[in-house]
Amino acid sequence: MDSIVNKFKRSTSTWGDHNMLVNFDVTKEFSLPSFDIPPCHNPIEFLKHNTDEKSNAECRIKFKHGTTTLAFKFQGGIIVSVDSRATAGSVIVTQNIRKIIEINPYLLGTMAGGAADCTFWERELGRRCRLYELRNKERISVSAASKLLGNIVYSFKGMGLSMGTMVVGWDKTGPNIYYVDADGTRLKGDLFSVGSGSPFAYGVLDSAYDFDMSAHDAAELGRRAVYHAAHRDAASGGNIHVYHVKQSGWENLGFRDFDDLHWEYQDQPKPSIIGDVQPMMLNIQD
Amino acid sequence: MSSNSYDRALTVFSPDGHLFQVEYALEAVRKGTCAVGVVGEDCVVLGVEKKSVLKLQDPRTVRKIVMLDDHVCMAFAGLSADARVLVNKARVECQSHRLSLEDPVTIEYITSYIAGIQQKYTQSGGVRPFGISTLIIGFDVNDKKPRLYQTDPSGIYSAWKANAIGRSSKTVREFLEKNYKEGLSKEGSIKLAVKSLLEVVQTGAKNIEIAVMTCDSKKNLEIEEVEAIKFF
Repeated sequence: MDSIVNKFKRSTSTWGDHNMLVNFDVTKEFSLPSFDIPPCHNPIEFLKHNTDEKSNAECRIKFKHGTTTLAFKFQGGIIVSVDSRATAGSVIVTQNIRKIIEINPYLLGTMAGGAADCTFWERELGRRCRLYELRNKERISVSAASKLLGNIVYSFKGMGLSMGTMVVGWDKTGPNIYYVDADGTRLKGDLFSVGSGSPFAYGVLDSAYDFDMSAHDAAELGRRAVYHAAHRDAASGGNIHVYHVKQSGWENLGFRDFDDLHWEYQDQPKPSIIGDVQPMMLNIQD
Repeated sequence: MSSNSYDRALTVFSPDGHLFQVEYALEAVRKGTCAVGVVGEDCVVLGVEKKSVLKLQDPRTVRKIVMLDDHVCMAFAGLSADARVLVNKARVECQSHRLSLEDPVTIEYITSYIAGIQQKYTQSGGVRPFGISTLIIGFDVNDKKPRLYQTDPSGIYSAWKANAIGRSSKTVREFLEKNYKEGLSKEGSIKLAVKSLLEVVQTGAKNIEIAVMTCDSKKNLEIEEVEAIKFF
């Protein structure tokens, strides 16, 4: 047993320091955190074989992106809304996890996918953003922050990172939302939803979205969209958190418990999607 | 003043705290042709003394004002070959910044980068410092404020309202101090740059090259335009 452990302890990787505590090097501190890569002939192939469901249906480690997160722009800034359930397979681990990370007072990151991957790399992003601020005496743009994150995950492409995140904030060019995922995709957009509950959220969002909504209506729309997703998607639930991003930074609008919301919405009249639109007259033979 | 045993190696301080190689590099800069920069209200002007071009030399290939990016311009004084190396590194960094941060460099950033390289070469073994001082001008993206920065072989950099480097820079700087006014118009700043250069350069538009940068353009003035500048 010991010999197996020792085999993996020895650093055969070419990716940097094996033991970060022993060789504390200031210049390395500012570079990418390095990790042990499996000491085999082709580490990327090995990791892909064991983590990527698409290339190998019998892979050992299956990540499920069990979550609903969404963000959209409107006249008053950006609304970000997420659920708070964490699942491991078919077990609900907790109903109370924070899926929005406050990178700094005007930048937010959402998390979908592997919880460890998201929290770790978004905190690393926070560190990089702070260093940028100190070096350049001005805030980092949302575009640059999302690029930093995208480049980091791209360098680990194929090695089994699982992350679908939105980097959201207000910078010199106004409100911005960028979607970044573990494949290295990076997209700028006005409305995104990420996670297993996203199809349900998209449906609700698209039917009621209006750029000129008031902030109150927009927050309610974000909340409702996540509620409907949590209602139908098994991997979403818990509490529904809503944040509003304004020019002065983000504001936490608090969270509502999903069950309380459910009964509250039951009592209310259903919001009208069709509204004043005249339905087409169909020739139906009675 | 200079102790002979302390000025051979770069990486050795003298007992009274001098790095003689760096100071000798500054001497090399003082031998180079003069360059002057002036910040106006909404433009910034660079003027350089043109080295007399030999008869068979193509003057277009002897340029002392170079572009680092669409919005950053640089003039230097000192060893031209050293300048070429620094300019190439700076140009690559400008593009690299555009790629990773999706934004053009700020003038301060690229100045800090160039100064950082110059400093690195004052603290390594087996290398000598760059023998040039630079004047870097430009506008940050989406910003109307014109900027002028200077670096020197020691790696120091700072922002200026008007400055001169190279031959007789002290005289030119004194002239600038006496005659600089805040909020100069475009014509005013060009005139000031030309007048200050004429303190040390022989009269004649042939010997002066002027570049003017506004927040949306950069223009090299032709010889005729320089000659047409009326004084007083």
